[in-house]
Amino acid sequence: MMPLAAMAASPFELLALSPPGWGGTLLLGLANTMVIAVGAYALGLAIGIMGAFGKLYGGPITRDLLAVYTTIVRAVPELVLILILFYAVPGLINEILIGLGHERIVLPPLITGIAVLGVVQGAYSTEVLRGAIQAVPHGQIEAARAMGMTPMLTARRITLPLMTSNAIPGLANLWLNATKDTALLAVIGFSELTKATYQAAATTKAFFTFYLAAMALYLAISLLSTVLFGRIEKWARRGQRVMSR
Amino acid sequence: MTVTAREGKASGPRPERIRIENLHKSFGEIEVLKGVSLTACEGDVVAVIGGSGSGKSTMLRCINFLETPTSGKIIIGGEEIRMRPDGSPADRRQIEHARQHLGMVFQSFNLWSHMTILQNLIEVPVHVLKVPKDQAVAIAERLLDRVGLLAKKDAYPAYLSGGQQQRAAIARALAIEPRAMLFDEPTSALDPELVGEVLSVIRDLAAEGRTMILVTHEMKFAREVSNHVMYLYNGLVEEQGPPEQVFGAPRSERLQKFLKSLG
Repeated sequence: MMPLAAMAASPFELLALSPPGWGGTLLLGLANTMVIAVGAYALGLAIGIMGAFGKLYGGPITRDLLAVYTTIVRAVPELVLILILFYAVPGLINEILIGLGHERIVLPPLITGIAVLGVVQGAYSTEVLRGAIQAVPHGQIEAARAMGMTPMLTARRITLPLMTSNAIPGLANLWLNATKDTALLAVIGFSELTKATYQAAATTKAFFTFYLAAMALYLAISLLSTVLFGRIEKWARRGQRVMSR
Repeated sequence: MTVTAREGKASGPRPERIRIENLHKSFGEIEVLKGVSLTACEGDVVAVIGGSGSGKSTMLRCINFLETPTSGKIIIGGEEIRMRPDGSPADRRQIEHARQHLGMVFQSFNLWSHMTILQNLIEVPVHVLKVPKDQAVAIAERLLDRVGLLAKKDAYPAYLSGGQQQRAAIARALAIEPRAMLFDEPTSALDPELVGEVLSVIRDLAAEGRTMILVTHEMKFAREVSNHVMYLYNGLVEEQGPPEQVFGAPRSERLQKFLKSLG
């Protein structure tokens, strides 16, 4: 890229999908962002469901371990957690591997990114879902138990569907956080939307154009998500009467 | 002191459905049940009456282990529920199996709000008892017709009146084809004008010879449908016997006072 030539180019040329335009790079970054966000969110939800049931119905050891997990993860800045998990943990693993006479390993950024953000999401999901489960009318769970449902079946058929409507607003927040937290992975060199934007802007010096474009893309994700979660919430609230104002 | 209900009326031995022996239950320091016994054989309708805090609901909830007894025995269909020293069921599957034969009706209905009435009725038959779905639907529709709610089968519980919800809850309990029914103050949460429709459903069930244990505040109704009445006071059976005797000629002073206080 020739900086001088780029500066002369119009925003449309700069954002063209194929080089010398950077639109393709940005969209690829967006795709990576979405993959990480969806992966981390799904992992976080899985951890959250188990964590919430563990906190509510688990034994004392399970509950203590989960309390440590949610406290630490929610206390430490996500950026610090990412740096710890990306640099410190593999470093430790490699020291051990080399000490044992093995080759050093390199963690793939995609998997690491999903794992790190998933663990962070899991801590918040645990709390959102715990609150949602506690808000389920106890009588309905009791009715399931009274008719001989196993705890697993009760959780799957009664508790989880009933808590979904309570959880959706909190889970929608977590999803939006997940999409934005992916930007933190730029520091470990993962080419998601923020990193791709930075590359495009730094090369062409058209900072305003590219960051405005990135903002539009983040906003588009957010708006689409709001519509989607609105539909999910409507479905989850089936059977509930609309509160009169 | 085990007393078999329906004294004198029995023609030959009827199979025993529910037996409670020397049941104790404490919540922390407070002892709610201080040794209660009861036997209900097939076809018995046992009415349990008493003031608030007398332990009647707790006793009912101990039968299917919604409350874990502190000590005592629970025998369902001749099978004793094995208990740990702390009173919780020793074998989760044993109590789950026993519960599948006990239809419970709650004061606050407790229909599953995310399911239609029909879905409420077929949930346990299909997912627990593994009845084929079309068969479960047929049974459910017959039961809904019987309690006068077939037209509401696709409605969600929140759109029904309290009386309709309780009738649906009774139908849901019947859908598992229980060997005994447990009613926990089934009309206490209802507006007065809705009580009658629920009582008439319960009356029909009693008339067809279903085994029932009924915790209730409806004295007139208890007298009419039951063949055995237990009056609990402060965690103990203060007086029991056939309804004519308990309501017509109460011996205990406390029971006399209790009946008088209800007018």
